[in-house]
Amino acid sequence: MFEAILLTVITASTPLVLAALGELVTERSGVLNLGVEGMMIIGAACAFVAAQLTGSPYIGILAGIFGGGVFSLLFGFLTLTLVANQVATGLALTILGLGLSGQIGEAFVGQPGIKLQPIVFPFLSDIPFFGRVLFRQDLIFYVSIALVVGINWFLFRSRTGLKLRAIGDSHASAHALGINVIRTRYLAVMFGGACAGLAGAQLSLVYTPQWVENMSAGRGWIALALVVFASWRPWRILAGGYLFGAVGIGQLHAQIVAQNLGIVIPSQFLSALPYAATIVVLIIISHNRRTTLINTPAALGKPFVPDR
Amino acid sequence: MKKLIIALAASAALMGGFSTGAEAQEKKKVCFIYVGSKTDGGWTQAHDLGRQQLDKALGAKVETPFLENVPEGPDAERAIERMARSGCSLVFTTSFGFMDATVKVAAKFPDIKFEHATGFKAGPNLATYNSRFYEGRYIQGQIAAKMSKKGVAGYIASFPIPEVVMGINAFELGAKSINPNFKLKVVWANTWFDPGKEADAAKALIDQGVDILTQHTDTTAPMQVAAERGILAFGQASDMIAAGPKTQLTAIVDTWGAYYIKRTKALLDGTWKSEQIWDGLKDGILTMAPYTNMPDDVKAMAEETEAKIKSGELHPFTGPINKQDGTAWLAAGEKAQDGVLLGMNFYIEGVDDKLPK
Repeated sequence: MFEAILLTVITASTPLVLAALGELVTERSGVLNLGVEGMMIIGAACAFVAAQLTGSPYIGILAGIFGGGVFSLLFGFLTLTLVANQVATGLALTILGLGLSGQIGEAFVGQPGIKLQPIVFPFLSDIPFFGRVLFRQDLIFYVSIALVVGINWFLFRSRTGLKLRAIGDSHASAHALGINVIRTRYLAVMFGGACAGLAGAQLSLVYTPQWVENMSAGRGWIALALVVFASWRPWRILAGGYLFGAVGIGQLHAQIVAQNLGIVIPSQFLSALPYAATIVVLIIISHNRRTTLINTPAALGKPFVPDR
Repeated sequence: MKKLIIALAASAALMGGFSTGAEAQEKKKVCFIYVGSKTDGGWTQAHDLGRQQLDKALGAKVETPFLENVPEGPDAERAIERMARSGCSLVFTTSFGFMDATVKVAAKFPDIKFEHATGFKAGPNLATYNSRFYEGRYIQGQIAAKMSKKGVAGYIASFPIPEVVMGINAFELGAKSINPNFKLKVVWANTWFDPGKEADAAKALIDQGVDILTQHTDTTAPMQVAAERGILAFGQASDMIAAGPKTQLTAIVDTWGAYYIKRTKALLDGTWKSEQIWDGLKDGILTMAPYTNMPDDVKAMAEETEAKIKSGELHPFTGPINKQDGTAWLAAGEKAQDGVLLGMNFYIEGVDDKLPK
């Protein structure tokens, strides 16, 4: 039973973790892209359509990453090259993504999808409990864990990561040092889009292998909140994403257990639990203002126009 | 974006009306407000099929613009009002949660006719229409009791509104008519439309030991999970057999088309009246998808029950029925009043869940 619950939690948490990781890198470069929901749903549509057309969920994954990445370029062009307002552009990106994905997927509605199958490791997968939970997962799950480790290393151990963070804290200083602010931000935005696209691919290839308009159902917004929740730290995104997923799945089981025991717990309260838990953790985290300030990219959301 | 496109199209159509003259202006607009996407495979798709049938039947005389993915709540009022202002003569708002918004907008536009699905508040220019889904739920309950090995079914519910509570009760009544000890586990997803969450709810119920699923949410995700886990399930609002060819036992299929055509004709004739309509299986406003994945005797039983409900011989809510706490509700042979059903805010005996207040 616990194993089954854990498997469900992993499926529910992975898209949140992926999209939040991408947004974390984008925001660390000083760009606030509120279009995560839009990029995610574009990724879901592209992944599903490509998988249906080719019969391969792996090509679907690539299409999802590609779709989200290319779609985010639109945001990059508007906010970085044309210096449009990031908040407004991000919101527009979400609205556009929801509409455009509907068009992309229109002919594929109602088709039974192709589920991305788990990778089975010989011997390891047969270990009771751990084998099933850790060594019998699909590729996207492994990528999400690898990304947590990789992004953490990149941001805090690599030279390029240091430059990226420098841009996010003060684009003017970074520019004065000869770092190409706009190019780095373009790459960061595209990485964010690609991650959101991959998260979308997880939705339409693993979580619920089907295409329905609007199927991301607000997960992009949760991912955005997770970035703040995690105070721009990759490991905390992993923890936060799984906490959110676990409380969300746990409350469904709690409803049934409560019925078995004859206890009354209002389901609305249980449904609100993941959000309530997020708020509580946010309060605890932001208790120490100094560490919050250190982690927040100081130039977040501010436009940059290089002097020529 | 969709909404924007439709709004633009609507205004373009208005302007077009001025330039092309009287011909275009004569077409009346019959408008639809959807809570989900028109291709959700469930509830909204059923309404949209109805709209398409209306278009086919009366397309020469009416246009049928629609707005989809309109959230329940304050946004709904704006969306309905925008539709009303765009020149609609008749507006169908197709979700329970649009009730108060529809009432407000209807009061503002006395010359426009409104029809609200599944609600209970009417007015001089506001009719309500509903389908006796509970008749289908009762049949489902009977099938579940015959087909479940464990004697426990799982019910994925959306919001604790009378419509949903009525469905849960009808399902349990049907099941108990076959197996008095039949148990029903309810999970509230607190959403109409979220494939992921609906799938999570389905997984939770299956992990907790149910071997038959039924849903009162809008997408095919629970059916898909049931298929993957190899248990049986019922479709909701649309025939979901494509999502579970070996899984779906039957589905309650909403067939609104005939109703939309009838009401639009009344609008065109000038005979439209505000009514509170509640049709059932016998009127064809809902139909049962083919009975599949079950032995012939269960199928025969389901067909017999369906026939009895259609002929009026059987009313699912016929006493003796006790409320959940054991107090008497209906005496032997007594049938529930429609008013009580439409405002149903209590469970009957046998449902394990405690109703969220």
